[in-house]
Amino acid sequence: MPFEMPQFALAAPEIWLGVMLCVVLIADLFDRGGESLLAFYLTQATLVGAMALAIHTHWGGDAVITFNGMYISDSLAAVLKVAIAGLTIITLGYGRDYLRDRDLLKGEIYLLVLTATLGMFVMASASSLLVLYMGLELLSLSLYAMVAFDRDSRIGAEAAMKYFILGALSSGMLLYGMSMIYGAAGSLLINDIAAAALAGDNLLLAFGMTFALVGIAFKFGAAPFHMWVPDVYQGAPTAVTAFLGTAPKVAALALFLRLMADGLGDLHAQWQIMGIILAAGSLVVGNLFALVQTSFKRMLAYSTVSHIGFLFLGLVAGSDEGYAAALFYAISYGIMAAGAFGMIMLLSRRGFEADMIDDLSGLNDRHGGYALVMLLLMFSMTGIPGTVGFYAKWLVLSALVEAGLIWLAVLAVVFAVIGAFYYLRVLKAVYFDRVDSPQPVEATSGQQVLMWANGGAVLLLGLFPDTLIATCRAVFGLG
Amino acid sequence: MLALSDYLALSALLFAIGMAGIFLNRKNAIVLLMSIELILLAVNFNFIAFSHFLGDIHGQVFVFFILTVAAAESAIGLAILVVLFRNRDTINVGDLDSMRG
Repeated sequence: MPFEMPQFALAAPEIWLGVMLCVVLIADLFDRGGESLLAFYLTQATLVGAMALAIHTHWGGDAVITFNGMYISDSLAAVLKVAIAGLTIITLGYGRDYLRDRDLLKGEIYLLVLTATLGMFVMASASSLLVLYMGLELLSLSLYAMVAFDRDSRIGAEAAMKYFILGALSSGMLLYGMSMIYGAAGSLLINDIAAAALAGDNLLLAFGMTFALVGIAFKFGAAPFHMWVPDVYQGAPTAVTAFLGTAPKVAALALFLRLMADGLGDLHAQWQIMGIILAAGSLVVGNLFALVQTSFKRMLAYSTVSHIGFLFLGLVAGSDEGYAAALFYAISYGIMAAGAFGMIMLLSRRGFEADMIDDLSGLNDRHGGYALVMLLLMFSMTGIPGTVGFYAKWLVLSALVEAGLIWLAVLAVVFAVIGAFYYLRVLKAVYFDRVDSPQPVEATSGQQVLMWANGGAVLLLGLFPDTLIATCRAVFGLG
Repeated sequence: MLALSDYLALSALLFAIGMAGIFLNRKNAIVLLMSIELILLAVNFNFIAFSHFLGDIHGQVFVFFILTVAAAESAIGLAILVVLFRNRDTINVGDLDSMRG
């Protein structure tokens, strides 16, 4: 094979992140204030720059594949990367005061966030099994360390251990599947795999695909592979949970789209049934277990499982409409989840975690504005019209009906109604439960601005969703 | 001469032993790390066998990457194990049950 110079300019977002990561590492050494302020602002600036670069290099035009077929630059990569970097910016903004109050504010956390983001970027542009795997591991290894970031927390260490074992196990499953796919297709490149899938029935390929799908389901946290989700969400510091619960979900979607849709799209008939089991299982398990939780973080964890179920519904439709709906769902879910975890951090103080549903009691008396934002977030998660969550569910359901899976759409609606119960329970605590002496909420101006923007985004995207929907559809070539 | 299927069978066996090690083990967390290592080695075996029989070098390149990542993974796993032991004075898998619901 002749050596061909890769088009380095197309990988500008990754190169920028990689370089800035080293800069943040060095810059943090010169931090005298002990609060890593420099690292914080540099990290945020880096992420904003990465978003701009992603739009500039990837958006519009035809897909370009370079680095000997291993790297793809297309509009999908642009949207995924902007969503990943944007959600990371929001969660970092919420997390700063929370981490400072717990003496966890060290430069390393920003470094780990940047490496994780780099991993997610690589996944979003991967066009080869090797690149996909390297991006995934860069993300996972950073996340394991972040979950264990509170070194003196008993549940933190336990959560990190569980996450590590199950995460490594799922990587192993995915990798085993990848090795089979490689054996069947004779190549690591997604394009060659797509050609092999098109060529017809291949037992080895189907075998590999099954293992790969199980690995992906683990990363998503779809039932029955959701065991790690509640424990990790509860045990990790909330700032880490907020990061873990938003951007990596978009990255997991990237993993699915690149491997299962781009690579094995022609085997759709075979993975559809597995996807249906995952989706239906997640809807049932997530919604039913969320009903009985008293911990808000655990409730959000199970609610994540149910949302992942909804996201999978879009994927099993197997059409471009379905993929676009899943992309829209992942982005809007990320915005909602970031807001919900942000609210926990906003209400927490030094030595106090507002992670139980009871801790939200009387929020309306303490601060009417935050109660209103909470109302918007919970309405959006339920899927009530006027919020972004409604359109997310609507798009998924209409893609499902178009694909002829009407019974599945009905099941989804039934469980969305069941899900409304526990979201409304939170609102009951916020608006109708009384506390004896309501304490005012103390929050820094940065957190307040973010919280208002977050709530506003949920509302505005719910009232004017056209731009985001059109963007998600344009990625898949739909008008 | 061994056929491809022989290598795949051996690899599947290694993979199954690794899986069993994770799910059956109720005692020591270090055994979990060993099981994960075994799973990754099974995958390596697969890649090398396919690479040889396909006459394609990329599978063997992948193996180098997996080996590197496995080393990094073990390092992080052992670090988490140390944190766990400092906090709880045990690495018994059965004791990791403080979160319920």
